[in-house]
Amino acid sequence: MSAYSVTEPSKASKWGAGILVTLYTIITLLPLVWIISTSFKTGPDSISYPPKVFFDPTVEGYVNLFTTRTRPAVSELETLPPPDGIMEEIARRQGTIITGPSRFGERFLNSVIIGFGSTALSIILGTLAAYAFSRFKVPLKDDLLFFILSTRMMPPIAVAIPIYLMYRELGLSDTHLGMILLYTGVNISLAVWLLKGFIDEIPREYEEAALIDGYTRFQAFRKVVLPQAATGIASTAIFCLIFAWNEYAFAVLLTSGNAQTAPPFIPTIIGVGGQDWPAVAAGATLFLLPVMIFTILLRKHLLRGITFGAVRK
Amino acid sequence: MAEIVIRNLRKEFGAFTAVKGSSFTIKDGEFFMLLGPSGCGKTTTLRMIAGLELPTSGEILIDGEDVSQRPASQRDIAMVFQMFALYPHMNVRKNIAYPLVSQGVPKAQVAQKVAEVAKILRIDHMLDSPVGGLSGGDRQRVALGRAIVRNPKAFMMDEPLGALDAEFREIMAEELRALHDRMHATTVYVTHDQLEAMQMGDKIVVMNHGVVEQFGTPQDIYDHPATLFVADFIGSPSMNFLRFEGTAAAGAETIALGDIPTPLPQLHEPASGALVLGVRPEHVALSDTAPLRGRIEAVEYLGTTQIVTLSTPFGTVKSRTSSALPATAGALTGLALNAPRLALFDATSGRALRTAANAGVHHG
Repeated sequence: MSAYSVTEPSKASKWGAGILVTLYTIITLLPLVWIISTSFKTGPDSISYPPKVFFDPTVEGYVNLFTTRTRPAVSELETLPPPDGIMEEIARRQGTIITGPSRFGERFLNSVIIGFGSTALSIILGTLAAYAFSRFKVPLKDDLLFFILSTRMMPPIAVAIPIYLMYRELGLSDTHLGMILLYTGVNISLAVWLLKGFIDEIPREYEEAALIDGYTRFQAFRKVVLPQAATGIASTAIFCLIFAWNEYAFAVLLTSGNAQTAPPFIPTIIGVGGQDWPAVAAGATLFLLPVMIFTILLRKHLLRGITFGAVRK
Repeated sequence: MAEIVIRNLRKEFGAFTAVKGSSFTIKDGEFFMLLGPSGCGKTTTLRMIAGLELPTSGEILIDGEDVSQRPASQRDIAMVFQMFALYPHMNVRKNIAYPLVSQGVPKAQVAQKVAEVAKILRIDHMLDSPVGGLSGGDRQRVALGRAIVRNPKAFMMDEPLGALDAEFREIMAEELRALHDRMHATTVYVTHDQLEAMQMGDKIVVMNHGVVEQFGTPQDIYDHPATLFVADFIGSPSMNFLRFEGTAAAGAETIALGDIPTPLPQLHEPASGALVLGVRPEHVALSDTAPLRGRIEAVEYLGTTQIVTLSTPFGTVKSRTSSALPATAGALTGLALNAPRLALFDATSGRALRTAANAGVHHG
């Protein structure tokens, strides 16, 4: 191409953009690579200096993550019968014996229940509210929308103490329901605003055609609006899930024995038998997976979600 | 099929009144046009008949039953939208079948009906295509198919040809009219295109600012407009208006246009004050002997006819004459007005005065 083009970026700017994106990707991925590689290192490898890029991978970290162990005296260790199973064998290699399962599985499950539960609730309530705001004459519509948005104007942690007291009175502290409601409360404003944008873009004629074809308003919503809004719903769900999944401060404050999620649990691993960084890294790696899978599954929608409204179709 | 009666229909959106008490009757099997400029209330009227808007007051009777406060789904009406509104996540077959599915029609019967309709509209070869890739005309056919598939009481069409390009619009207009002649379905059709309305409609309602200006056959509306607005809106070029001050008693057969005595259809009511003499361009002939004089300003050649624009003491006048007649810009000539086809309007109210020509045409 020799001719100067107005719309086609020049070669130099394409290269520039490519380098920029590559640099950004490296910077973003570096911590992930670090965590994932650490999770496969032995304890000494994980803290060696300079850091080891090439090492013998081991699943010690994962075994330690899922178990509690004690370190008996070396003489006692030698008197034990041979290890029973691969987990025991790996523990023995570190000079420990397994005394029972850790609480990681339980905490992880709590995260799944609370994260996906609050995401589902945010999406259900958000979609219905956004549809109503988009289509119906709601009294004080603008004020209500502003009020909903205003819940996002301060950091949620600013209301931590009132919420803590309220939850204690209501018996919601350290319950799945309490955490689901809390994260839904924080996410609902995002869900309503994002989804309203998406639903506004769906022409009303589709529903009107369905209404005339003999469907009720709710049937029209379910069969015509929902399939059209799928993109918006998917990307909103990702945003909601990422927040609820990663939330740390409220989880520390409001959960302990029963409904504790993974984020406050993972750091507590450090204490068991010295600083067990591979186990922490293993926890973090596993913790990353659900959101990563969810996002990869919905990534097409997510991309549209980020750029939606930028270009009028 | 059904007769639709509209009585004192009114629609307010907050402080704005979109439709100010319309009344008219759509006879069974009629192709009925709602015509007017944008914002005149024609689409609101259609949406009220369909049940997509509820009227503030007034009655809508379909087959003698007042349905004005019923939801759209209970009115048994089909609608074709300007932007087609095909369900984008379904293919052609599913789109057409959708209204039948909602009624719980058995599958075999749905398939048969869809095939039948697709054949009528000549879209049977594309039943399994997604609607996204179709051309405008094909989309419109699918939308029509979805409307006719369940034999509703009436069809509502909201500028169904508005989104098509000019060439295709004419083909679809003919197809629509042919479809109507075959099915004899009561059809209410909204358009802002007066040519489309005249070409296709059995009856036309002309609306402006939420008011029904005139209601009648295309011929009556063209030949005997009830108001200055209708006279100006219908016809291309529109009716010429010669503005003057004058008086005439009821029964008079001439009126003084300035100092030129001008014959016109016998007046059935007295006229005085600011008046407007209306004449269609085809009823203005160029004649050297005529007392009304004008200077030719421009000549537009249109093939068999030409439009001659003249300036006269009473304003600009356009004449449609045969292209064979000589006319050169700058020339002075006389204008002969075809007396039986003249209309006289009251300039203040905009209303056409009753004459022998329009007697019996105008309603309230």
